[in-house]
Amino acid sequence: MTAVTESADLDAVKYEVRRKNWFARIRLGRVLTHILLLLMVALWTLPTVGLLVSSLRDKDQLAVSGWWTALSASEALGVTRIGTAAEQVAEAGHFVIRGNLFGSDTNKQLGGFGLSNGEPAATEPGGSMAMKEGGTISVAADGGFEWTSDTEFTHTRGPRIFYLATIAPRFTLDNYYEVLTSNGVWRSFINSFTVTIPATIIPILIAAFAAYALAWMRFPFRGFIVALVVGLLVVPLQMSLIPLLTLYNQLAQLFGAEDGKTYLGIWLAHTAFGLPLAIYLLRNYMVGLPKEIMESARIDGASHFKIFTGMVLPLSFPALASFSIFQFLWVWNDLLVAMVFLGAQQDRLVLTGKLVSLLGSRGNNWEILTAGAFITIVVPLIVFFALQRYFVRGLLAGSVK
Amino acid sequence: MKKEERIVTNLKLTDLSKRYGQVEVLKHINLDIRSGEFMVFVGPSGCGKSTLLRCIAGLEEITGGTLEIDGEVVNDRAPSKRGIAMVFQSYALYPHMSVFDNMAYALKIANAPKDEIESKVAAAAEQLQLTPYLQRLPGQLSGGQRQRVAIGRAIVRDPKVFLFDEPLSNLDAALRVATRIQIAKLHEDLNKTTMIYVTHDQVEAMTLADRICVLRDGRVEQVGTPMDLYERPESLFVASFIGSPQMNLIEGDKAKPFNAHTVGVRSEHMTVSPDGGAWSGTVIHTENLGADSYVYIDMGQEDPVVVRVDGSTKYRSGDAIHFSPLDDKIHRFDADGKPIA
Repeated sequence: MTAVTESADLDAVKYEVRRKNWFARIRLGRVLTHILLLLMVALWTLPTVGLLVSSLRDKDQLAVSGWWTALSASEALGVTRIGTAAEQVAEAGHFVIRGNLFGSDTNKQLGGFGLSNGEPAATEPGGSMAMKEGGTISVAADGGFEWTSDTEFTHTRGPRIFYLATIAPRFTLDNYYEVLTSNGVWRSFINSFTVTIPATIIPILIAAFAAYALAWMRFPFRGFIVALVVGLLVVPLQMSLIPLLTLYNQLAQLFGAEDGKTYLGIWLAHTAFGLPLAIYLLRNYMVGLPKEIMESARIDGASHFKIFTGMVLPLSFPALASFSIFQFLWVWNDLLVAMVFLGAQQDRLVLTGKLVSLLGSRGNNWEILTAGAFITIVVPLIVFFALQRYFVRGLLAGSVK
Repeated sequence: MKKEERIVTNLKLTDLSKRYGQVEVLKHINLDIRSGEFMVFVGPSGCGKSTLLRCIAGLEEITGGTLEIDGEVVNDRAPSKRGIAMVFQSYALYPHMSVFDNMAYALKIANAPKDEIESKVAAAAEQLQLTPYLQRLPGQLSGGQRQRVAIGRAIVRDPKVFLFDEPLSNLDAALRVATRIQIAKLHEDLNKTTMIYVTHDQVEAMTLADRICVLRDGRVEQVGTPMDLYERPESLFVASFIGSPQMNLIEGDKAKPFNAHTVGVRSEHMTVSPDGGAWSGTVIHTENLGADSYVYIDMGQEDPVVVRVDGSTKYRSGDAIHFSPLDDKIHRFDADGKPIA
C-alpha cells in the first residue's frame, strides 16, 4: 500500500517540477523578441493584404469603405436620373415608367429613397411618393421602380431620385480584368518583363565570371581592380544618366536609328549600374569557399573554366539567388532609369511608369489603382518566395570538416 | 606491366626552396624519395612540411631548385600532369556531388570512357567499403566515411605518388587508429605506390613510415627509418621530437661526468634503485599503466625526468630516488645540439 501512495506522490512531484520548468523556461528577452518579430511581420503583411483585398472588392464598395469592412455590408448614397416621357408606356388607362435605380447591379438593397440631396431616404422601400412632374413613384427593395400617372408624361429631362443602398459584400476579378484589358497595364507588364529579365541575367553572368577571376585567379593589379569595384559602389547613378544618354544618342545617329531609347540600351544601363554590387557580393562569397575544393579540382585536372562551372557556380547559388532578388526588385521597381532610357511612349512604358500615369489620369478610380498596384508587386513577391530558401540554406555541408 | 614501370618512380628534390616575398619558408631542400616508399614529413607546426608537400603537388610555385618525378623536371608542370593525387586534411570533397561523382570527377575531366569510370570507381569503393554510399552526398556521411571518399578519389586516379596532408587530424582518436591501419594496408594493396604523408604526430610517423623526414624551420633535419631516428638522432631536436614520452635531456653539471653539454636518455633506458646511482632526485608524480609505469623525478632541472619501470611502481610522491642510464643507450650532444661520436 505504502509503495503505491509513494509512487503517486512521486508523480505529483514530477508533474510539479515539469510545470515549474515550463514556467522557468520563459525568458523576457525571448518573449520581447517574438513580439517584436510578430509586429514586424504584421507591419509588412497588413498593407499588402489590404491592397489585395481592396483590389478584389467591388468598385462602389471600395469607394465608400475601407478594406477591413470588406466582409460586412456597407451603405452608400446614390442618385439615378430616371426615364423621360419617351420611355412611358400606356397601361390600362395609366401611364407608367419602369426601371431600376441600381441599373444592372444586383447586390444592392434599397434602404430608402427621396427626391432631394438633403433627404435621400425620406421614403421607406415599397412606399410611394408624389412627383412634381405628376403621378407617384414607388420603389421596391431591389431598386425596381414604377412611376405611374393618370395623365401623360411630358417631361424631357428625367428627375433625379436619391437613395440609400445597402451593398452586400462582393468580391470580383473585374478590377483586374478591366486594368489588364482596357488600361494598357498588360502591355506595360510585358514591357517590364522585357526590361527586367535580361537586366537581371546579364549582370549576373558577367559578375559571376569577374568575381571568380577576382577571387581565385592570380594576375597583376587584382587588388587594385577589387578596390576600384568597391569604389564604384558609391557612385550615384544620376551622375551618369546624361553622359550615357548622350552616348546612346550619338551611337543611334551613327547607325541611323531614330533615337537611343531601346531595350538593348536599358539592359546595358541596368547591367552597368548593377555590376559593382554584383561583383562585390559574389567575389566576397566566392573568396569564402574552401580553398581545398579548388585545389582538389585542380589536381583532378580541372581548368579554371571547369572549376568555375563545376564547383564555384553551383556552390555560389545562395549568393547568386540573393543578388538576383536584389537586382530583380531594383529593376522592376525602377522608374528613373526606365523613363530616361526607354521613354514614356505607351508601347514602351514600364509598369511603374504606367502606375504613375494611372495615378494622374484615373486618380479617383481606386479599383484601377489597387489592382494595378497589386499586379506590380505580385511578381517581386513570387520571385522572393521562389528564391528565399537559398538565403538560409548552406550548400557546403559535408565538404570540409 | 604497369606495375613494373612504377618501380622506376622516383622523386628527387634538388636545392628546392620557396619564398613568400622576403620570407624563406623552405631552405635548399635536398631529398630523394624512392619508388614505393612510404615517406613521412614530420615536424612542429610552421616547419614548412605542408608547404613542401604543396610544392610537390604543384599547388605552390617552386621559387628555386628543381623537383623531378621519374627523372623529369616538373617544376612548371600543372598539378594534374604530375601523376600525383592528394588527400587533404579537410577532405575537400565536392559537396554538391554524390560520392560516385566525387570519385569519378578526375576521370570525367580526362574524358575516360564511361564503363572504365564505372569499373574503376566500383573497384575503389569496394576496397574502401564505400559501395553502399555511392549515391549519397558528402553531407550525409560520417567523418571516417568522408575521409575514405577522399582517399578513394585519389585511388581512382591511379597516381604514381600519393600525397597525404595530415589526413587524420580531423578524426577522433579511435577512428584515427583505424584509418591509420587502413592507410598502411592501402600501401600494401597498391603494390607499394609511393606515398608522401605529412603529419605533426610522431606516433603516426613512427607507425606508418618506411622513412621519416624531420623538418625544422624549412630545413631537413634528418632523414631515416623510424628506428634510425629513434636510436641514432643526429641532433638534439630530432632526439627530443621523436619518441613518447620525450627523451630526457640532462644538462650542465649533471652531464659533465659524461663529457657532454647535454645528455639524452630515453625513459626506458634507465635503471632505478633506492640507493646509489648516477643521478638522484625526488619523485613528484607516478603513472601506473599496468604493463609499465612512469616515474616523474625532479632533479633540479626545468623539466622533470621521466623513468619507465616494468610493472607497477612502489614509489610515491616525495620519495627520494636514485637512477642511472644504461651505458650504451645514452646520447651525448655538444653545445650546438650535434651528437658527439
